[in-house]
Amino acid sequence: MTMKNLIYLLLAAFLFTACNNAEKKEAEVENNLAETKVSSENKELPELSIYNLPSTWTTQNGEHIQLEDLRGNVLVMVMIYTSCKAACPRLVADMRNIEKQVPEEDLDNVKFLMVSIDPETDTPKRLKDFSIENDMEKDHWLFLRGTPEDTREFATVLAVSYKKISPIDFSHSNIISVFDEEGVLVHQQQGLGVDNTETIEAIKTEVSN
Amino acid sequence: MAICIAVMIQSQAYSQSGSMVEVKGGEFVPLYGTKTEIPVDGFLMDVYPVTNAEFQKFVEANPRWRKSQVKKLFADDNYLRNWKDDLSFGDDMLPNSPVTNVSWYAAKNYCECQGKRLPTVDEWEYVAMANEKQPDARTEKSYNQFILSWYETPDTYKKTIGNTFKNYWGVYDLHGLVWEWTSDFNSVMIGGESRKDSTGDNNLFCGAAAVGATDLMNYAAFMRYAFRGSMKAQYSVKNLGFRCVQDVEKSEL
Repeated sequence: MTMKNLIYLLLAAFLFTACNNAEKKEAEVENNLAETKVSSENKELPELSIYNLPSTWTTQNGEHIQLEDLRGNVLVMVMIYTSCKAACPRLVADMRNIEKQVPEEDLDNVKFLMVSIDPETDTPKRLKDFSIENDMEKDHWLFLRGTPEDTREFATVLAVSYKKISPIDFSHSNIISVFDEEGVLVHQQQGLGVDNTETIEAIKTEVSN
Repeated sequence: MAICIAVMIQSQAYSQSGSMVEVKGGEFVPLYGTKTEIPVDGFLMDVYPVTNAEFQKFVEANPRWRKSQVKKLFADDNYLRNWKDDLSFGDDMLPNSPVTNVSWYAAKNYCECQGKRLPTVDEWEYVAMANEKQPDARTEKSYNQFILSWYETPDTYKKTIGNTFKNYWGVYDLHGLVWEWTSDFNSVMIGGESRKDSTGDNNLFCGAAAVGATDLMNYAAFMRYAFRGSMKAQYSVKNLGFRCVQDVEKSEL
């Protein structure tokens, strides 16, 4: 048996166990469903939660996180790429406008996520530089980079379309999404420079929930 | 994705993974997204779409994809709609018919569990432009008429696999039974702000009035791109199935 095969088998055995554990956990949670007020840590994720996506992401600070690590925050999310010259600066401006209108005291419970659709170019360092250039250095700004596959999957959840049209350019949907503390999509605004009143209302409502 | 690797090892038992064929790489100009030739690397493609029987085995091994257990994030209410219960498809459905009413997430995970993946739009279109004899038959009138007459025929998803022609690469049923999921279906930018997308061709909307082979070809392909552009990943549609592909290097492991 080659080393590679051996590794596969070991990996398989390990994952199989992990898989069984996950199911057991789900079963346990179902038993708890009758209790309405369990702490958010133990509560089963809603079916529509993006935290059901198992992917790992790297932040602008080089940290690796699971989406679920963000559970408990209201998320405002957009997909961009840093070398973009057309729509992205306006999308970034839209995000900043939204952020400005969220009351200071609410900002502790909100994360503004910029997810790169160009993970090859957008290294953590590049995302970091971008955050500095755009004055998005506070803790509530989070830049994420994943694998091309996970990024594609993530976009499907947001109903965002994108396509690489040249080595440095993408066409993409301009959508800003708001997720509640359990990761369920509650609001989307589509287009550039649109009226963001409803988006801000959605954020405030979710924070106060 | 990782969750199913254990199953992958057993998958030889039920998958038709033996029946893949190699598609040689090349270049082609797809209908959408670019006006220039794009390269496609060689890969292996399933000869047939995934069937009801194969998908049944998959849900047996992977409870989270059963009808009653699938999370709403990953499949809408039409998921496996005509199945009697979690483990059996409907009485009027044939084991050898292509599985449909499956979401993109389910299709993607099915392929991953076999060490495969969904084809990209470009890969799918590249193989699908072949007829029996030529790798690119898109300018053939008969090729286009076959596709368009299929589009007009209802309920072809009830047919069994292998019912249509074997194409140049040895692949069956790319046209004639069901539409198929692609990994980057959400790379199609039709509608909304993308209408101004300079890479699209506005004249396509006049395709219905077309008569020449090139126009027929554009119309047939346009239908597919428009369909993809209208899809969301959790949608489960009765005429939409899938098949898997695999990178050449990987299969030689």
